[in-house]
Amino acid sequence: MSTGANFADFKSDKKPTWCPGCGDFGTMNGILKALSNTGATPENTFFVAGIGCSGKIGTYIRTYSIHGVHGRALPVGCGAKIANPNLEVMVAGGDGDGFSIGAAHFIHAVRRNVNMTYIVMDNRIYGLTKGQYSPTSGTDLKTNTSPSGTHMPPLDPLALALSSQGTFIAQAFSSDLKRLIEILEAAINHNGFAFVNVFSPCVTYNKVDTYQYFRETLVDVNDIGHDPADYEAAKKLIFDHETEYQGILYQNPNSISYEDSHGLDSPMWKLPETPPEGIMNLLREFY
Amino acid sequence: MIDDLNWAIGGEAGHGIDSTGKIFAQALSRAGRHVFTSKVFSSLIRGGYTSYKIRTALVPVQSVVDRMDVLIALTKRTVEENLSQLHDKSLIIYDGERTMMKDFELPRNMTGLNVPLQRLAEEAGGAIMRNIVALGATCAATNFPLSNLNGSLEKQFSRKGSEIVENNKKAALLGHNYILENYNPSDFGYILECTDATYVLLNGDEAIGMGAIAAGCRLYAGYPITPATAIMNYMQGRIEQFGGHVIQAEDEISAINIALGAARTGARAMTATSGPGIDLMTETFGLVSMTETPLVICNVMRAGPSTGMPTKQEQGDLNTMLYGGHGECERFILAPTTIAECFHKTVEAFNLAEKYNVPVYLTGDLSLAVTDQTYPPDEFDIESIQIERGLFLTKTSDLEPWLNSQGQFKPHADTEDGVSPRTLPGIEGGIHMVTGLEHDELGRRTEHPPTREKQVQKRKRKLKTAIEQENFDYREFGSPDSDILVISWGSNEGAIIEAIGQLEQKVRFLSFPYVSPRPDISETIQNASMVFVIECNASGQFATLLEHDSLTRVTRILKYDGVRFSADEIAKELNSYLLPEEVMLK
Repeated sequence: MSTGANFADFKSDKKPTWCPGCGDFGTMNGILKALSNTGATPENTFFVAGIGCSGKIGTYIRTYSIHGVHGRALPVGCGAKIANPNLEVMVAGGDGDGFSIGAAHFIHAVRRNVNMTYIVMDNRIYGLTKGQYSPTSGTDLKTNTSPSGTHMPPLDPLALALSSQGTFIAQAFSSDLKRLIEILEAAINHNGFAFVNVFSPCVTYNKVDTYQYFRETLVDVNDIGHDPADYEAAKKLIFDHETEYQGILYQNPNSISYEDSHGLDSPMWKLPETPPEGIMNLLREFY
Repeated sequence: MIDDLNWAIGGEAGHGIDSTGKIFAQALSRAGRHVFTSKVFSSLIRGGYTSYKIRTALVPVQSVVDRMDVLIALTKRTVEENLSQLHDKSLIIYDGERTMMKDFELPRNMTGLNVPLQRLAEEAGGAIMRNIVALGATCAATNFPLSNLNGSLEKQFSRKGSEIVENNKKAALLGHNYILENYNPSDFGYILECTDATYVLLNGDEAIGMGAIAAGCRLYAGYPITPATAIMNYMQGRIEQFGGHVIQAEDEISAINIALGAARTGARAMTATSGPGIDLMTETFGLVSMTETPLVICNVMRAGPSTGMPTKQEQGDLNTMLYGGHGECERFILAPTTIAECFHKTVEAFNLAEKYNVPVYLTGDLSLAVTDQTYPPDEFDIESIQIERGLFLTKTSDLEPWLNSQGQFKPHADTEDGVSPRTLPGIEGGIHMVTGLEHDELGRRTEHPPTREKQVQKRKRKLKTAIEQENFDYREFGSPDSDILVISWGSNEGAIIEAIGQLEQKVRFLSFPYVSPRPDISETIQNASMVFVIECNASGQFATLLEHDSLTRVTRILKYDGVRFSADEIAKELNSYLLPEEVMLK
């Protein structure tokens, strides 16, 4: 199956400093497996990591990577892919990074449909800053900054992606590795912006959205015969706030990536040795 | 004195003032005349007051002067706005049949040329061409051959089809003939001679855009903002011809991050914005510097703070470019002093960025951005541009000296000159990470005190190397032996050159295209009898820098009313210090 590197090639020699049991371990393993399964190589992969616990992933994987400023991982990935469409561009960050400080970029990255994969390691809490509520925290979640709950409905990333005309919208669970890998492989192979929200429980600060909670409540769309190409069916599942789903909720089979619609197919880094043909036309315009 | 003519068209936003002005400027340029233009405009789509002024002469002109010789007034306000610049020999072209000019009374004893612009335009095929009728009238009134205007109209309208071109030519002819039939232009005393010289006519934003593409910029990310938008507009449709792309981002934070992403893949990338955008980009600017990514960030300054005066001139962002961002990070700040220099400094900005892996602020301002100026074409030596990419390793075999004992690439190798190598994704053996966290040579996070110190010193050393290797010099004008020193940075150069030509005393003028690093002129300042620093802001930000460098007080000549310096203004200001009081009183 694999033509590229194997799983271990994507691992760096740095040991993760995540808390023992952190959901990010599973999510990272899923990402690395999916990359190797799709034939990607560490040399040809450009990984952009956000800020937060999840953002540390950039250090633990072995690819070309950048760990940027908080909330701005998506534009970096977008610029990298446009400037070199041959790269496999992966962006990963947390729910705070993606849906709070970086929310504007999320909406526009979805609309732009650059061919890349965006993985949100969603733990519904701010962990690295030691326990404040996040945009996906439940209304009743009690945290340092929400002692009596947030009194706000959680942001719904899937609905946000759908309303921004997303072409690949999926959800996964860090501890269901088999499904996580399948979903991520489909995301990587999708021609456009693939968004995968991965529940990655925080074992230290979130005592509500736990492994047990997800294990007991998540419904896999495969078990209910869902067709991801069926937009209306996807809409129904995404707006069903009584149930949380795992799987590919929506995939537009006719997705055309930003690069394809703009005719971008070559890396931009290489400059000709001599002035390119037609360069003097730039000056002639001003005569 | 320069034998020049100052012409303007003024009216409301939406009257086509800008394109009319540009057509006439083009006609003058094509007739082998030098041109320097200025604009007044506001942040609105319709109404208000807007004007396009042209100063033209047979010799190069490089500033505005406070005089108006020929004025096309589409509104009465146009005349009011220019009253102080109008003189007894001024001509005012207006349409007395239009309600906008109803009850218009000529000021003092100027000559009014009442031309039925609207009626003649309708005769030529449409009222929309009334400004062209006025241009035809201008040609007749200034003894300027209509053929030049016709050439410019062809250039402007050829894309819209031959009928449009012919109608516009007819409109110009009707205006031209109306003047000849009803007035005697030889009475006016204006003759716009033509020469065989060939010039190009362009503004600062266009010069930056052309420089960027010529320098190999292949990804431009931006968000619309006055007065930098014209750069994005210029790039769009041109950069693609060379394999590049323009992307309009959702905000300036995204724009700089998109450019950063492209730069990490080895592409030459750029973003341009104005003050508010610079504020938003500042956090990422630190990341660019920390990750040692080459990037050009263009700041076309406008009057701040906050929204300030978006369509007005100011050089108020020097401090924010120098000191903006938390912590201490390396940067270059280039400030082209003329429109031609906008082109050259843009090329240099890309080279500096890649040779030292440092972000470069390329600073323009509103004056440069909106001024169209003529140059001999060979001023823009596109084909002989040198592209210097620094230690950019694109082959696995070149990586060898930069690997550690485990074969890992060191993007922040602690070198003698501080400059580390750069490679790009896709190159086998070069895998590495970069981060905004303090890091070791491999780009891995560290808080280890000696490593921190080494990396800080390494980054600082790059600038020291650059100062040793590059020629960060000032441009010098006036009398080299004079101990009266006039200093400026950025776009004031042209006005100051003309101003010092009007002075009785000889002065030495140093114009700074480099703000940081900048040439050290401490001794020159210390030894001068008088030092004047001229800039468009309220506190004298560059003056403060020079005072800090030289530990010597300087005299500030500042302007912060939103309008650029004119040569006359500067001469008057300097004279107020240089001339004895009794001379000034006369």
